[in-house]
This record gives sequence, C-alpha cells and structure tokens, in this order.
Amino acid sequence: MKPKQVKKIKVIVDGRLYYGVENETIFQLLKRKGFDIPALCHHPDLKVKANCRICVVEVSGCETLKTSCSTKIESGMEIYTSSDRVIKARKINIELLYASHVEKCVNCSYRFECDLLKFARQYRLKINRFSDRKKNRKTYKFGKAVEIDDTQCIDCNNCVEACQLQGISFLKSDNYGINTEIKPVSDKDKTCVYCGQCALHCPVAAAQEQDSAILVDKMLKDKKKIVVAQIAPAVRVALGENFGFKYGVNVEDRIYTALKKLGFDYVFDVNFGADITTMVEAEELVERLSDKKAVWPMMTSCCPAWVNFVEFYHPELINNLTTARSPHIHNAAAIKTYFAKKKEINPKDIVVVSIMPCTAKKQEKEREELKYKGRKLVDEVLTTREFSYLIKDNKIDFNNLSKSEGREYFNSGSGAGAIYGASGGVMESALRSVPYILNKKEKEEKEQEEKEKGKNSKKKNKNGNIVKAENAKLEGSLEFKSVRGMKGIKEAEVKIGKKKLKLAIVSGLKNIESLIPKLSKYHYVEVMACPGGCIGGGGQPIPTTDEIVEKRMKGLYGIDKKREKRRAHLNKEMMECYQSLKNSENKDKLLHTKYKKSKRIVVKTTKDIPPF
Amino acid sequence: MTKTEIIKRIENAGLAGRGGASFPVSWKWKSVAESLKSEKEGYIILNAAEGEPGVKKDQYILDNYLNEVLNGILLADSYLTSNKIKKIFLYLNKDYLKQFKKRINKELEKKAFKSIKDKIEYFVKPSYPGYISGEESAILNIIEGKKIRPRLKPPYPSCKGLYSKPTLMQNVETFYDISLVSRNEYNGQRFYYINGNVKKPGVYRFFSDLPIEEVLKRSGNYTDESFFVQVGGQASGEVLNSDQLFVPAESTASIMVYNKKRTDEKKLIKFWLRFYQKESCGNCSICREGTYRLYEMIKKDEYDKKLFFEIVSSLKETSFCALGASLPVPIYSYFKNVLKEKIVE
Repeated sequence: MKPKQVKKIKVIVDGRLYYGVENETIFQLLKRKGFDIPALCHHPDLKVKANCRICVVEVSGCETLKTSCSTKIESGMEIYTSSDRVIKARKINIELLYASHVEKCVNCSYRFECDLLKFARQYRLKINRFSDRKKNRKTYKFGKAVEIDDTQCIDCNNCVEACQLQGISFLKSDNYGINTEIKPVSDKDKTCVYCGQCALHCPVAAAQEQDSAILVDKMLKDKKKIVVAQIAPAVRVALGENFGFKYGVNVEDRIYTALKKLGFDYVFDVNFGADITTMVEAEELVERLSDKKAVWPMMTSCCPAWVNFVEFYHPELINNLTTARSPHIHNAAAIKTYFAKKKEINPKDIVVVSIMPCTAKKQEKEREELKYKGRKLVDEVLTTREFSYLIKDNKIDFNNLSKSEGREYFNSGSGAGAIYGASGGVMESALRSVPYILNKKEKEEKEQEEKEKGKNSKKKNKNGNIVKAENAKLEGSLEFKSVRGMKGIKEAEVKIGKKKLKLAIVSGLKNIESLIPKLSKYHYVEVMACPGGCIGGGGQPIPTTDEIVEKRMKGLYGIDKKREKRRAHLNKEMMECYQSLKNSENKDKLLHTKYKKSKRIVVKTTKDIPPF
Repeated sequence: MTKTEIIKRIENAGLAGRGGASFPVSWKWKSVAESLKSEKEGYIILNAAEGEPGVKKDQYILDNYLNEVLNGILLADSYLTSNKIKKIFLYLNKDYLKQFKKRINKELEKKAFKSIKDKIEYFVKPSYPGYISGEESAILNIIEGKKIRPRLKPPYPSCKGLYSKPTLMQNVETFYDISLVSRNEYNGQRFYYINGNVKKPGVYRFFSDLPIEEVLKRSGNYTDESFFVQVGGQASGEVLNSDQLFVPAESTASIMVYNKKRTDEKKLIKFWLRFYQKESCGNCSICREGTYRLYEMIKKDEYDKKLFFEIVSSLKETSFCALGASLPVPIYSYFKNVLKEKIVE
C-alpha cells in the first residue's frame, strides 16, 4: 500500500513561510515550529474549548483576532503572532484571568511551574489593577488526596473533562457568568476515587494535591525523628521534566543525591517493595490456580484509586482483588520492621515519606487495614510535583547533581520492580516469577510425596548442566510484549507451565466498565486508574499527555533492560527480607490487606485556609 | 412547489436571516440539504427566543401571521426532504409559549400542516442566562440538556447541529418571509420595532432599505427634540446620532429612540454593562471577567478610562461568541457618535 500523502499547506507566520499539514490548527503548527504562544485551557488530550482566550493571533483578512487553538490553518494564511494588537489583547486577558486567581502565588507549591505566573511575568502585567473577586470562594477537599480551590480557579473546565474521561464525572461546572464555579456533583451514586487526573490537567493548580510538601520540609528541618524517603518506580522517569530533561530520562541518581541533600536520613527504592508485591501476588495467583473454589479473575490491587473504585462502584469484585498490599506499603513495612531491627532503631522514631506519582496514595496511607500495630506504615506521601517543588524551594541545583549518594539499603530492586510504573508492568512482573513459584511448589509437593512414600531421590542431580537448562526453561518468558503499551484495554494469553492464562490489562478507569461484563473469561486482570499506568499518575509533572506518558514508559522499560536481575525472585536482598516478613507472626498484617464496600466520600469544604 | 423552485425564489429575493446576523437564507438551506445527503436525519428549529431587550417583532409576527410562520416551516421541511427531518422544535421564550401555544396547536390541526404536526415539539427558553439562550449554538446545547454555552464554530449547525445532525435554525421573521417568497409576495419589506421616547411605539413594516430617518418619519415617530437612536436591540444595537440616520436599519431592525437631554450618560452605560455582566454565560475569560470588571468600574465615581477601553477592545477582539463581541458595539458607538469622545486606549 502506498503511504498516504500528507498534504502540505503553505502559511506565512510573522512574514516567514512555513509548511503546515492538513487539518492542523494554528496552535499546533506554531508549537511545532517553536513559537512561544501562551495557552492555559489547551491540553492535547482534551477537547479544544478555547475559553481562556490568550492564544490569540492575528489572521490577515479576519475582522477580529483568532484563538489559534480553535482555528485550522488554510493555504496562504497570513498569521501574526506578536503584533501590537495581539499583545494588547493577550495582556488584558491574562491580567483578567490572573486577577481571579492570584493570592497564593507567594507560597504556592506550584509556583515554579505555573504558566499563569510565568505569563504574568513575561507580559509584565500590572497585577494590582483589579481586586481578587474570588477570595471568598470555597475549597473542596476530597479525602486527604485532592482539593479544588475555587479561589484560584480560572474556569477552564479541564478538571471536569479529565474526570469525565476517567468515567467518574464527579465534578461539574455550576452556575453562570461570574458565579461559575467548579464543584462536586450532588449525585449520590458518584464518588471521587482520588486519582488526581483533575489536578494533572489543571493549568493553575486550583485542582491540586493536598499539600504535604511544607509539612515534610518542616519535619526535615526540625529533625526530631529519623525521616526516610522511598521513591516509586514512575517518579524517576518523570521528575527530570521539571528540570529541563527530556521526557522519559531516568534521573534516579540525582534523586538520591537530592533527597540526601534535603535532609532525608535514608533513601529507599520502592522497586524493592514492588518485588515483594510481585512475590505476594504471584504466590496468590499460584494458590488460586490450585484452588478449585478460587474466585476468578484475580485482579491487581496496587492502584489505590482502582481499589477505591471497586469498593464503591463494584463491591462485588472485592474478592477478585489480590490481598497483596501495594509496593510502597510493603516497602514501608520492610523499613519499619526488617530494616529497623537490623539498624536497632525504634520503628516509632522512623517517619516514612513516600514519593509517588499519585494523589490517591495520600489517602491510601490513612487506611485502617494498612496500619501496623495501630500506626501508619507510610507517614506522608509527596507527589512527584511536590518533590520537585521541595528541590527548587530549597535551591538544590538538581541539574548539577551527579554522584549518587545514599544508595545503602533496598537498592536491589529488579527490572520487574522498575516496570511497575507502566500499565501492564505489575502483571508482567508477576508472570516473570509465577513459573518459579509454580516449580518450587511442585518440587516441594513432590518431595513431600516422595518422603511420604519413603523413596529416596538419588537419581536426581546426576547431571548439573541438564538441571540448569531445565531450570531456565522452567523460568518461563522474560518479556511479555503483549501486555505493554498505551492501549486502554490490552488482552493476552500466556502459557505458564501447562496452564493457559487469559489476561487483560486496563489503564484509564473509564475502560474498565466495558470489560466488567466479560470478566469471567479472564484469569488475571491488571487495572491502573490512570492512562498508561502510574507514569501517567495524578501526581506527575504537568503537562502529562499520552505522548509524554509513552516516553516515560520507554524510560521504565529501558531501566528494566539494563538490570542484571529482571525477575523479582532473583533479588536476593529482597528474598531474604521477604522470608523474614513471611516468617513473622504478623505476616498477614505486613503482606496482606482487606477491602470493604465503601460509601460516597464526604467532601469537606473550607474557606480557604492556608495549610499552616 | 419543487425544491429547485423554492430555493430559486429565495435566492432571487435575496432573503437574509432576520435573527440579527443577516446570513443568506439560501446558503443555509443548501448547506443543510447538502449535509443531509450523507445523514439519515436532521432537525428544524424555529428560534423565537427574542431575548434582546427592546426587540418585540417576533411576538408581533406570531400574533398576526402565525399561519405564515408555520407555512415557512412546512416549506423548509419539504425542501429538506420531510422524512429525513426527525423533529421540529419550536423554541420559544416562556411568555410567548404561554401566549401562543394554544393557537399554534389549533393552527397545526389544519390539513395543510398534517405532515409536520406530529414532529413539532415545544421547547421553552431558559430564563437565566436568557440572552445567550437565544444564540443558535447555545440553543443546541440547551435542547440536548447540556450546560448553556455557545459552541465552537465550525462545525456550523447546518452541518453538525442538534445531536450532531444537520440542523436548520431560523428566526420567526425568516420563516414568515419564506412563506411570502413561496407565493411571490415578498417585496423586500421587513418589520421594525420602534420604541423608547416616541409618540407611537410599536411594530411597523417598511422596505428594508429605507433610511432610519424615513422609518421614523413614516411611522410618525420623528421628533424635533434632540435625540439619538440605538438600532438592532437595546443591548447590542449600534448607537447613531440624529444626523446619521440616512442608512437603513440593520440587524433585527429595532429602533430605540433616546431623548438626548433627558438621558443620563452614566446610567445608560451602566444599563448596558449590567446587562452584559448579568447575561454572560461565563464560558470564556474575557466575557466573564471583562463584563464584570467593566460594570464594577462604571459603578465608581471615577474610573480608569484607558483600562476601561482596553477591556472593551479585547471583548471585541477575543470574545468566544457574538454576545461578548457585541458589547463594544453600543459602547464604542455611543462614545463616538453621541458623546463625541475620542477613545484613548
């Protein structure tokens, strides 16, 4: 087949000739060609709404200015991006938006990234000509995870749309004119699952994670406790974006050094915890396979927004969820028991701060079921964005940090642990270890059987080489390409031992509903609330788009490829720790969890009180 | 009458929409018909929102020429292929519905309307925000049960309108004109609603190219006192002084006459700004924020005129829809034509 010819369209921008492609908007062309066009409501994954009115350009022959985001290029079009007319209009529109937003800029944790603030500077706004008309608006708090601060909102509606795209539709734009406001819907059959996609799509941090950065900073500075950090797989391939690195670059080394510089006493890698999760989960899968009464399919549970979704919208699926805790909780358990014991530290003196791509983890850490001896295992959760803020606010020169410091404990996370951040990763990790567990189990059962029969097994191990080769075969495949990628629903079939397993991988909560009626045909289903998995999580740097998520995904698979150990069970340090947790009398409280049907969240409204 | 005949007559008559935008009727009809070729269904909407203060001609037409209006709809239905038109919405403001529903129902019982009778559905215009609820793309959202907001254009309603299907939406007077055209009775006249400081307010019918001054004279509304007019609605209409009335009335052709001496300059501006501030749907930044700031400014004794006109200018340049973009019309023209002030920006 002949490749489809792309029609090139000649346009003149600021007096120079450019070639655009058919159906392209002026904004897309200008961005592609490196023009600096301000925009707030525009997001590549959302509908063009053209309501912020600041991306305007002048088009020859048009009576008024045109919003570049909503105007398609035409052959021969003459476009002016920075004529006096354009600048004048942009300036006043930015000023008007800024006037309904400003008030927290001085200590806002988004201030280093905020485009509105950037434009205010760039266009040299007079910022005191209007009063703050929204200062008495409410702030809606969703659990401990997310909040919508109407005093800062610029009514672009991105949050409403992002929530719709998740299939949740918990937010709406209410009322009209200057009384327009974003608020939760009153529908009792809807709830927020804390995924944070609203925050991820808000251009001005009006929808935002509930701030823990200032609290953590304070804890680090007045040092009464041992404050430790643990970083999630998905953070390392995204954080760099806020420091000018290319999408998907792994900045793990710098992260360690930065955390030490911030004053964390120890830094741990959640990849290690992910390996524990893999073991727990893979063992559960093997167990279910030999249990005739087992509930199918088994569904992953490391995504807390997904768990919230099940508990509210589909409690009938609670028994499908694995009992495995999520990686950062496993890791924290290892820190507060195994590590504390080794270092002879009182666990009560340890404060665990998780650095996560996720807002739902902020709520997950509060769950009663996840407490150990009445105390939280993870004490605070920072999003990737909050972490980036701490680095910048403490004036740490991230770009010039090179040597990795503080890699002492729990650094042996396997490649399997690394890919937890990508949709399909949890499942692939489990599949890499299932054959091992299956064989181990069979072997143990055989030995048991033989012992009982009183036979001895002298015949075995005659030829070491053959056994080795057999073992390799028994390890099963290493890479499961069919579970990877950005598609919202992926399906695959793998052969593990003699069993054929039917798999489904879902990312983006909206996609789960269509799968639910046919769940019975699968053995194992992975669900991540955010599109693309944790790398597209609600706590990640802004912007996050499908295109960017794909690059972060590549970054994670790159890490996996370079790891010497790519299967969880080959992580010796972890296996040692895991065995010790498993042998503990509190095994269930350290490795497993429970779920229960939940009610609609209670939205707390506050009258704009600063966090401290 | 065949399809070619009716469209030819509309074309020859040079019929333009009477809702305010004066878009050629034949273009709209052809565009809807063309879009319907690849679609199974489409819609017709009668726009009788008449939400602009100081415009009352549609009410008059419904009151006096109901049969003609329905006949216009019938002609459109048959031109667009009747079995493809799924529904015909009569979109009326609350008062008009109350006033005319019974009469419309009765009229529809007539044999002539048999083919459209069952397709007719009434839809009441929301009262708040009332002004934008008369804008065609906002009407589509309203009927679909969505938030009251204008839509981005393109796509235009004629291609992707109600439920994304080709939709013909016309003003009451337009359908009336179409009915006349079909009988070769259309002679280029239109309705004028004259009100304000006049002796004989009401609806009149004159040739559409008649200068405003003549319209006032012939209706017995010309006055020797010093006055100025606002043409095309009391909110969005253009302001002209009494020396500028040699042009025909545009847009909805309503003429509001103000007594120059007795009109409080600031009160009038305040009236306009309050109207826009109240009626802005809140969708786009400049209209939501701009109309509010302008109204806040004018409420004060002193205000920064340069900033004031910066906002007015941006409303003209960057508003999402015609509502925001129309605020500058009365403001600019009043300052220029009546107050004779030079606008500094």
